[in-house]
Amino acid sequence: MSRRRHSDDSDGGQAHKRRRTSEPIEIEDRLESLICRVGEKSTSSLESNLEGLAGVLEADLPNYKNKILRILCSVARLLPEKLTVYTTLVGLLNARNYNFGGEFVEAMIRQLKETLKNNLYNEAVYLVRFLSDLVNCHVIAAPSMVAMFENFVSVTQEEDVPQVRSDWFVYVVLSCLPWVGKELYEKKDVEMDRLLSQVEGYLKRRLKTHVPMLQVWTAEKPHPQEEYLDCLWAQIQKLKKDRWQERHVLRPYIAFDSVLCEALQHNLPPFTPPGHMPDAQYPMPQVVFRMFDYTDAPEGPVMPGSHSVERFVIEENLHCIIKTHWRERKTCAAQLLSYPGKNKIPLNYHIVEVIFGELFQLPCPPHLDVMYTTLLIELCKLQPGSLPQVLAQATEMLYMRLDTMNTICIDRLINWFSHHLSNFQFRWSWDDWSDCLAVDLDKPKPKFVKEVLEKSMRLSYHQRMVDIVPATFSALVPAEPIFIYKYADESASSLPGYPVSITVGNAIKNRASNEEILTILKDVPNPNQEDDDDEGESFNPLKIDVFLQTLLHLAAKSFSHSFSALAKFHEILKALTDSDEGKLHMLKVVYEAWRNHPQMIAVLVDKLIRTQVVDCAAVANWLFSQDMAHEFTRLFTWEILHSTIRKMNKHVQKIQKELEEAKDKLEKQQHKKKDSGDDEEMDKNSEDEEGQLEEQIERLQEKVESAQSEQKNLFLVIFQRFIMLLTEHLVRCETGSVDVSTPWYKNCIDRLQQIFLMVKPSHTHFFFYCSITALLR
Amino acid sequence: MAVKLNALISDSYIDISQYRDQHFRGYRYEQEKLLKQRHTAIIIPPMCNLVHEMFSKSGDVKRIIIGLDKVKKTACGFCFVEYYTRADAEHAMRFVNGTRLDDRIIRTDWDAGFKEGRQYGRGKSGGQVTFLLDRRSLS
Repeated sequence: MSRRRHSDDSDGGQAHKRRRTSEPIEIEDRLESLICRVGEKSTSSLESNLEGLAGVLEADLPNYKNKILRILCSVARLLPEKLTVYTTLVGLLNARNYNFGGEFVEAMIRQLKETLKNNLYNEAVYLVRFLSDLVNCHVIAAPSMVAMFENFVSVTQEEDVPQVRSDWFVYVVLSCLPWVGKELYEKKDVEMDRLLSQVEGYLKRRLKTHVPMLQVWTAEKPHPQEEYLDCLWAQIQKLKKDRWQERHVLRPYIAFDSVLCEALQHNLPPFTPPGHMPDAQYPMPQVVFRMFDYTDAPEGPVMPGSHSVERFVIEENLHCIIKTHWRERKTCAAQLLSYPGKNKIPLNYHIVEVIFGELFQLPCPPHLDVMYTTLLIELCKLQPGSLPQVLAQATEMLYMRLDTMNTICIDRLINWFSHHLSNFQFRWSWDDWSDCLAVDLDKPKPKFVKEVLEKSMRLSYHQRMVDIVPATFSALVPAEPIFIYKYADESASSLPGYPVSITVGNAIKNRASNEEILTILKDVPNPNQEDDDDEGESFNPLKIDVFLQTLLHLAAKSFSHSFSALAKFHEILKALTDSDEGKLHMLKVVYEAWRNHPQMIAVLVDKLIRTQVVDCAAVANWLFSQDMAHEFTRLFTWEILHSTIRKMNKHVQKIQKELEEAKDKLEKQQHKKKDSGDDEEMDKNSEDEEGQLEEQIERLQEKVESAQSEQKNLFLVIFQRFIMLLTEHLVRCETGSVDVSTPWYKNCIDRLQQIFLMVKPSHTHFFFYCSITALLR
Repeated sequence: MAVKLNALISDSYIDISQYRDQHFRGYRYEQEKLLKQRHTAIIIPPMCNLVHEMFSKSGDVKRIIIGLDKVKKTACGFCFVEYYTRADAEHAMRFVNGTRLDDRIIRTDWDAGFKEGRQYGRGKSGGQVTFLLDRRSLS
C-alpha cells in the first residue's frame, strides 16, 4: 500500500510537471483546431458555435494574442471557401475588442504585401476578398475599402506593363463585388460608378489574342467559352442590374447584425499597389469552362445562369475546396458534397463541371491528372445513386463534341475515361456510340474510341477489349500487342541478316561476352558499303537490325525482361549507335518490332534516352520522319515526344540546380575564410577547398551550357519539322484545290500549340505563340 | 509570417501504415510496395507491364521488382515500385493506393528500400504472408 502511494505521488508529481511545460503548446494546438474546425461536426448552429468561439478567443487574447492573429491570418489565406465564417468571427472579436480588430487589419495588410512580393497572387486575391467582406462585418469602413479598390484600378493607367498585371488588379476588385458590392454601393455609389466605368474602358481596350489558345472547344455552341474577365464583368453587370442583391453566399454575420453594427470600424491604411518588377509572375489569363446549363439538369433545383454571380461564387468555392483538400480524396469529396446551400443548386452538376474544367484547363491542370480520376471515383462512391449518372451524362456530352475539342484536351479525356472504366469493369454503353463506326477512322470520334480501347488494354488485356465492345466495333479494337520478329522462322531464311541472327541469338542464350557478340556481328554484311570498302566502323543498319531484333525478341516477355536486356548489352548498343544515323535506325528497328505494342515502344525509348544510347533530338527526328507519318496522329507518338521534352527540361534544371548549390557553397566558404582570421593552416585548407569548388563550378558551368544548347536544339528540330510538315500540307492543298482544314491539319496545329506551351514561356512569348496559332487556324 | 496550420494541411494518404518490414532497421523514402491478392490463372499480360502503366500515372517509374514465391519463383502478388523522386512516390500513395488494377484493389505502402532477397515472399510455403492481406480489409 505504501508502495502504491509512493508511486502515485511520483507519477502525479511528474505528470503535473509534464502538463505544465507542455500546456502552452497544447493550448496553441487547441486554438488552431478550434478555429480551423469551427462549426464542423456540431449539433448546434454555426452562429452559436461562432459566438462560443468568439468568447473563448476573447478570453485567450491577453496570453495568446499573437498566435490567434497568426492563425486567423492563415485561415484567411488558406481557407477561402470559409471566408464569411471567419470574417464573422473577426467581426465578433472586433466588437468585443476594438484594438484587436485594428491589429488584425494591420497584420492582414502586412500579409498582403508579403504575398504580392512572393508572387502568390491567388492567395492575395483571397486576402483582399477577406478584407472586403470585413466591411460587411463592420470591421473596416466602406470608404477606405473603396479607396483601396480605386488604387487597384488605377493600375490600368500604367504604361509599359504586361497586360496580365493590370488584369490581375481588375480581377481582384471585380471578384470581391459579389460579397461587398451592395455595401460599397450604398455608401459610395458615385465613386463605385466611376471605378466601374474605368474598368469597362480597360476591358474594351485590352487584347484577347490568348483566348483561342485556351479554349477547350473551338465552337461557340452550345456554351460559349468566355474569357474570364469578360465573363466576370458580365456577371457583375447583371448583379448591378439586380441592385446588388446576392442570395447565394452564406453570411453568418447577418444574424449578428445588432452586435456588429455597434462596433467601431477601422480605416484601411492607404495601400499603393507595389510597382511592376521584371521577375513578377502574374497569373496567366483563363477561359471559363462551361459544359452544363439549366436544361441539362431538368429535375430538381435550377442551375444558375452563366452570367449570374451565383455561378461565379459557386465555382470559386468549389475550386477553393479542391485546392485545399486535393491531397486527401475522401476528405475532398466529402467537403465538395457538403457544400453549404447545396439544396438550392444542382450540386452534382456543378462539381462535375468544375472538375472537368480543371482537368481540361490549358495550358495545364492545376493538379495532377490522376487526382481528378480518383476524386471522381470517390464522389461516385459517396453518391452512388446520383453522381455516376451525371458523370455518364457528362461523358456523353464530351463525346458528342469531340469534333471541336482541342486535341490536348482529348488526350486528357482519353486518359481519364480509360482509367475510370478500368475501375468499373469497363462497363459502358458502347452501342450508344455506334455512330462513330459510320465515319472515317481518322475522324475524332472513332479515333477517340480507338485510343480509349488501347489505353484500356494497357490496364487489362487484349481479349478483354474484344469482349467488352460489340462485334461491330472490331475495327477499333487494338491489335494484339505481340512482337513482330523479322527472323522468326525458315521463311525468313532468304533475308541477309538471317544467318547471323541465329548465331547471335544462340550466343546471347549461352551468355557470350560482349566482345564475342561484337565479333559475331562483324559478319553482318553492310548494305550501305561497297564490297571492297573495308571501313568496319561505319554505320551498318543491318547490324543494328539483326542484333536489336534478336535481343528484343528474346526479351519480349515483359518490360522487366526488356529493361534487363538493354542494361546487359548497353556497351554493344552504344557501339552500334555511335552516329546520328545509327541512333535513328535503332529507333526505327524498335518501332518495327513492337509496332503493335506502343506502350512497349514508349518505355524502351525512355530507357534508351536515359542510358544515353539515343539522344532527345534523335527521338524527335524519328517521330517526324516519313516512316512514322502514318502514326503522326496517334496518342503514343505525342506521349513519347512530350516525355522526351520533359526529360530534357528536367536534365537542364538538375544541372542548373547543382551549379547553384556549388556557387552557394563557394560563397559560404569565402565568408568562412573572411571570418576565420589568421590561421595559416586553415587558410591553406580553405584555399584548396575553394580551388576545388571553383573547378567544380567551371565544369558545371560547361555542363549547363552544353545541356541548354542541347535543349534549344531539340526545340529547334521540332519547330523546323512542324514548319516543313505544315508547308507541305498547305502547298499540297493549294495545288489540289482542297480545303486546308482536314482533321490532320487541326491535329497538327493543336500539337504545335502543345509544344509551345512546353517551352516555359514568359508572358511575352505566350502571347506571341497565341498570335501564331491564331494565324494558322 | 503566417503559421502553417497543422490542423488544416492534412495529407494522411502518404503516412506510413502499420506494416513494418520486420527485417529492416532504417528507412529510405524512394520506394513503395504494392500488395495484391493471390490471383487465379487467366491469360493476362506480365504484372510488371500493368503495374508500370498504373504507377506511371503519378510520375516516372524508375524500376519495378516483382515479388516471387521463394520456392516456385513465380510472381506471388506483390512488387516494389521505385520512383526517381519522392514527390512522385507520394502522389502514388495519394492517387494509386486504393484504386483498382485488373479489378483488384491495390494497396500501397512505403518500403524501406529494396535489397536483394527481399523480393521473395516469406510465408512458410514460399507464398505471400497472408496475415498482411487480412489486416487490409478491402473497401
